[in-house]
Amino acid sequence: MYLNVSSSPHIRDSVTTRRLMGDVVIALIPALVASYFIFGVRAIILTLITVASCVFFEWISRLIMKRDNTIHDMSAVVTGTILAFCLPAGLPVWMAIFGAFIAIVVVKEMFGGIGSNIANPAIVGRIVLGMSFGSEMNSYSVIGTLAGETGTDLVATATPLALSGDQAASYLDLLLGRHGGTIGEVSAAALLLGCAYLVLRGVIDLWIPATFVVSTGLFMWVLGHDPIYHVLAGGLLLGAIYMATDYVTSPTTTKGKIIFGIGCGLLTGLFRGFAASPEGVSFAILLMNIMNPHLERWTRLKTIGGVDYVA
Amino acid sequence: MFFKKTSRAIGVHPPQNKGTQGMAFVEVNGFKTITIPLNLQVGPGCSALVKKGDPVKVGQKIGEPLGHWSVPAHSSVSGTVVSVKKEILSNGSVADLVAIESDGQQTLDESIKPPAVTDKASFLSAIRDSGLVGLGGAAFPTHVKLNPPDGKTIDTLVINGAECEPYITADDQIMRTRADRIIKGINLVCHYLDISRCLIGVEDNKPEAIKALNDAINSHAGELKAGISVVSVKTLYPTGAEKVLIRYLTDRIVPENGLPADVGVVVLNVGTVSFIADVIDTGMPLIRKFVTVDGSAMNRHGNYDLPIGAPIEDVIEAVGGAKEPIGKVIMGGPMMGVAIDDIRHPILKHTNSLIMAGEKGAKIPKEWNCIHCGRCSRSCPMMLMPSELDMAARQENIDELREFHVMNCIECGSCTYVCPAKRYLVQNIRIGKNLYRQAARKAAK
Repeated sequence: MYLNVSSSPHIRDSVTTRRLMGDVVIALIPALVASYFIFGVRAIILTLITVASCVFFEWISRLIMKRDNTIHDMSAVVTGTILAFCLPAGLPVWMAIFGAFIAIVVVKEMFGGIGSNIANPAIVGRIVLGMSFGSEMNSYSVIGTLAGETGTDLVATATPLALSGDQAASYLDLLLGRHGGTIGEVSAAALLLGCAYLVLRGVIDLWIPATFVVSTGLFMWVLGHDPIYHVLAGGLLLGAIYMATDYVTSPTTTKGKIIFGIGCGLLTGLFRGFAASPEGVSFAILLMNIMNPHLERWTRLKTIGGVDYVA
Repeated sequence: MFFKKTSRAIGVHPPQNKGTQGMAFVEVNGFKTITIPLNLQVGPGCSALVKKGDPVKVGQKIGEPLGHWSVPAHSSVSGTVVSVKKEILSNGSVADLVAIESDGQQTLDESIKPPAVTDKASFLSAIRDSGLVGLGGAAFPTHVKLNPPDGKTIDTLVINGAECEPYITADDQIMRTRADRIIKGINLVCHYLDISRCLIGVEDNKPEAIKALNDAINSHAGELKAGISVVSVKTLYPTGAEKVLIRYLTDRIVPENGLPADVGVVVLNVGTVSFIADVIDTGMPLIRKFVTVDGSAMNRHGNYDLPIGAPIEDVIEAVGGAKEPIGKVIMGGPMMGVAIDDIRHPILKHTNSLIMAGEKGAKIPKEWNCIHCGRCSRSCPMMLMPSELDMAARQENIDELREFHVMNCIECGSCTYVCPAKRYLVQNIRIGKNLYRQAARKAAK
């Protein structure tokens, strides 16, 4: 008789990387649906193209590097969706594919694939695109009906963070997404719905999003801005819920998560309050991603009953 | 801090699968040949007292212990010795194996009589002569455990009835049906070791066992030598791990590399303590074991009273056979048990369950990259960071293994159970522990 021998434990939980990533994709669907009503079918097409190119780039780079294929773990789908959510709906398709290349090949696979990247691939993809194609990345458009205009033409607007005074959107507009912005960031309500799903499924906990959002709001309030407006507008919620909580590039301990979230929040406030660019979430998260190994070391758990070695 | 670190419950919730809960022990006999290894436990083992062709009786001593840590081996059947030879055991060690062909008579050895116990020394030697080792799974010799080194005072006896492993219900059944024996055994241990407090930890998924124990305490209220209380602990794996149970029940922390005696505690399993009562009353050595037999490959499951040394192959046949090809046999629970390589291996003294998995359950998942989700750290009852230990072990980095307290790992398997990337964390931590031990030994030279 042939018996299988292995080290204990002999049973495993049903949670797999694929299931976790699948849950993130499900959580992103409300924002995608909202984007259809705000930007039209173009938003969906751009998202699908970005996802498909991310999956393709992962498959081809694993093939070239002669490594086990990992596209079944869905992480490329998550990266693709989040990257697309950071892009304006009117962006030329080839630019989105270029962003996917940067995210998957340069940031993820060249560092060793899932789990080994030093920064969130989607964020670096967005930053590289933003620097390379500044004008295209900053021209937002909305479909007229939802933006309060007549007709269904695409109307170019600016992100609410760049507007001021009576031009600015109301809180309700910000929640529903009736304003300019990238595909995924505009509807705060859809993002919060996805967040609730992720928390209920145990995929993320609220430490990073909560500390991130609260510290940004507080910082902006200290600087004399409207904190709620700054929380709802721009990419803060998308970043706080879906990018800053990326397992690979955020701390694992509660203490580390709190420091990480506050760090992201303060940096975002700094960029929004003082820098020339109206948006600062992606740079804030990128900087904290780079800090992550140090945070992990500083906030290591203390084992119960551990005896320190004395030489 | 927000919480008291010592009593905070950390762990995992594997599916319990305790389908055999409440099933009475069925005595199974009639095994044609039994094989008894002469080192069933920690320590150097025994030298054989019998040779090929010798007649043996039930309870007859067939192995003489070689050191203080060893306990004697006894025959569980009457019959004739057919061979004494070295073989590889299920745990990978090599030992003399005494094979005895049963005559079916089950003739008792005449020398078996209640031991004369008057003081601690005679109590401990009676326990040692019975061949008793920890029946909970670790097989640590009980007479050594009950005799802590000088300077260590024991003030608390902890009885482990948590049985947190999935599938196993043998201890539950012992508590339900042998609560009187457990209380009697506790009384003896507390009397001879001069211990004033006893805590019985039982998981709250066993209300019947808790009730039986409380009833037994009440009915013996007048004769108790110590304050015995039953503590219901939350059902959470691995509550039954020695260090964890001590922490929950007494708020004391056993240090890394330390023993419960370092914090004034001795822990006995419910099976062990009830056997102590039996052996003082009858002098019958440890030759039978209560075992849960379960698993998806089996036709029937249940709790059985089996002779030690019965080949697993014959046990499977005797309790109803397998309905599908067996892919994996686990001796012990699914979280910490040992997957054995051959079904001809015998039932050992510390075997508390046999789980036969079909080919589907035997599959070993492929491991993928760590995604740093932190689930392993959050599930670790010792608050270690298993993914870092795993990395340090793979890199053979002794300094990091020491810095991350690899020796504090209790190998409960919670981290590996929850890992979404299916990494072999405990397996690598075990390798890391060995690397660390080797390095420490080299440094000591």
